[in-house]
Amino acid sequence: MRVEGLSKAFRLPHEQVHTLKERALHPMRRQRFERLQALEGVSFDVGRGESFGIVGRNGSGKSTLMKCLAGIYRADRGDMWLRGRMAPFIELGVGFNPDLTARDNVLINAVMLGVSPAQARERYDSIIAFAELEDFQDLKLKNYSSGMQVRLAFSVMVHVDADLLLIDEVLAVGDAAFQQKCYDVLNRAKDEGRTILLVTHDMSQVQRFCDRALLLERGKVVALDDSRTIARGYTQLNFPTTDVSATVRAITESDGGDGGAEILEAWTQDPEGNRTPTLEQGHPCALVMRVRITRPTQEPVFGFSLTDEQHRRVLVVTTEWDDRTTGGYDAGELVNVAVSFDNWFAPGRYHLTPHVAYPGAGGQLMAVRESVTSVVVTGSRTGGGIVDVPHDFVWNTVSPDPAAA
Amino acid sequence: MTTSAPGTAPPPAYRVTGPSAVSGDPRRLWNLARTLAATDWKVRFFGSVLGYVWSLLRPLLLFGILYVVFSEIVDVGAGAVAYPVQLLAAMVLFFFVSEVTGSALTSLVDRETLVRKVGFPRVVVPLSVWLIGLANLALNAIVLVVFVVLQDVEPRWSWLLVPIPVALIAVGALGTGMLLSALYVRFRDVKPIWEVVLQAAFYATPILYPVERVIEASQTLATVLMANPLAALIQETRHLLIGPGVPSAGEAIGGTALLAIPAAILVALTAAGVWRFARTAPTAAEDL
Repeated sequence: MRVEGLSKAFRLPHEQVHTLKERALHPMRRQRFERLQALEGVSFDVGRGESFGIVGRNGSGKSTLMKCLAGIYRADRGDMWLRGRMAPFIELGVGFNPDLTARDNVLINAVMLGVSPAQARERYDSIIAFAELEDFQDLKLKNYSSGMQVRLAFSVMVHVDADLLLIDEVLAVGDAAFQQKCYDVLNRAKDEGRTILLVTHDMSQVQRFCDRALLLERGKVVALDDSRTIARGYTQLNFPTTDVSATVRAITESDGGDGGAEILEAWTQDPEGNRTPTLEQGHPCALVMRVRITRPTQEPVFGFSLTDEQHRRVLVVTTEWDDRTTGGYDAGELVNVAVSFDNWFAPGRYHLTPHVAYPGAGGQLMAVRESVTSVVVTGSRTGGGIVDVPHDFVWNTVSPDPAAA
Repeated sequence: MTTSAPGTAPPPAYRVTGPSAVSGDPRRLWNLARTLAATDWKVRFFGSVLGYVWSLLRPLLLFGILYVVFSEIVDVGAGAVAYPVQLLAAMVLFFFVSEVTGSALTSLVDRETLVRKVGFPRVVVPLSVWLIGLANLALNAIVLVVFVVLQDVEPRWSWLLVPIPVALIAVGALGTGMLLSALYVRFRDVKPIWEVVLQAAFYATPILYPVERVIEASQTLATVLMANPLAALIQETRHLLIGPGVPSAGEAIGGTALLAIPAAILVALTAAGVWRFARTAPTAAEDL
């Protein structure tokens, strides 16, 4: 499959003129259109038997691309070539009629997807069996639960044999067991050497199935790479790194402590020392604060804490616990304090709270800035816990205890 | 990015050209049209006790009413040969045209979900409507045969020619249906306009009255009425069914040469339908 320089624009009329009267009353008024460039010069190749993902944010042109490929929209420019038979699944259960029985609906749906009526009748039994709906065959579709309808539709889809499967986010439906079934089917199709094109914004699906992926943004190809790299790029796209100044605000006044010190600003930085509001999981990073000492101080304690979106404290570090001597400072002195560590936090947003305290038990605060800035940890793999620390599994078979025998 | 080195030939594969009125495998087109028509047919009688019997019973009852009203109570057809058969033959054909064009008109919009979600030759949509119309026409024809037998119309060789005007009517109805369905995507006022046009055509066509009445009144008026291809074809069908007692379309219009007018209109209408539909088909999914 090859796509070359595909472009597609939609004309969005400002006022929909649907009647002749409107035309007749305002013959001189040119209809005003807004051009929406949905796709611009999109090119890519997909090899036989490859699983290819198309990812992008809402409105990035994924579905338009899909519909061009499926022959629903006509492209303005560019060429598309296909080899083999394609089955597009833009939506499950196309053509389903609620007043008809499962049998009739299977027939309609299969024919819509390109199966001949004779083949559809032949495969009907196995379609029903796969959907586990043998007991409900003669029920009208409107009496089916939505889950049953989806199962039926998916089962039809599975029984349409095509060399190229075009799937548009249909896997997002259904319960966990059903999704697992979808995955199994996809994996089998992959093993059988079919080409799969998956349009989604679920990165875990992309990583799970796709060898390569394409990242679309505003109708343009932003990146085309192996799916892991794309998944990472996508996460960063969702939390743009461009606007650093807005996220890392300069602090003009302390809102805590006795004023012995003033935290001017705080930020996060990458291993190269650049300020960034996003940190990649698994890489070194640093939390930094800039402090102005307002009263002469000996051994002040600098500390940072991070809380996640659920207000759970996930990290607290202070110079005191680390038994670090910080030295003495005169009034007016500026200090940059940084703590660096490998970032193993689960992907998500974290709030940074820096503080400066007097040494010793009690630890009266000189300054604190509650949630002064936030940082987004990007990453595509997470076990679901708060942290994803590097780990290693070890297993060995333990021989039965001779004493117990 | 794609590495398509200059000089590499595109793969020997087919090209995706986007939707159109007619494209791809003709078998798929036929399968789709047939399946859609069959489904609609089933849904139509969904929930009725008599089911398919209605498709025969309904025209039988309707024709019965018309027969009673127009031949027993209001004697419009006094003097006309086998008036009930004339009336029913014309009714059957007019019903067919009004059913096909009326439902073809909204068909693309009614099938919106399909058009927006699946790539298929768009002509399937009006075609399926047309197939249902043809099936109904065939059933009504059976009812008509019953009336023909009851009325003791003599069998004649010209009956073999009846399929010709009927086929022309069918082609014209499909062409008009395609035109209307394509226009309706953009202009929703086509629907009320067409309803009025059909109503006017019903009275401007010799259906309830024999064409002789019009000729007696004014040959010019008869010529004008017969310029309507539907009127000419219906009149010709009546003539072929009943025989020389009923004027043929050529006689009614006032000279066989004048039949060129309805013929030209029929061709123009059908061609306009095909042309307009072919133009609308590629963008129908976006414009709906």
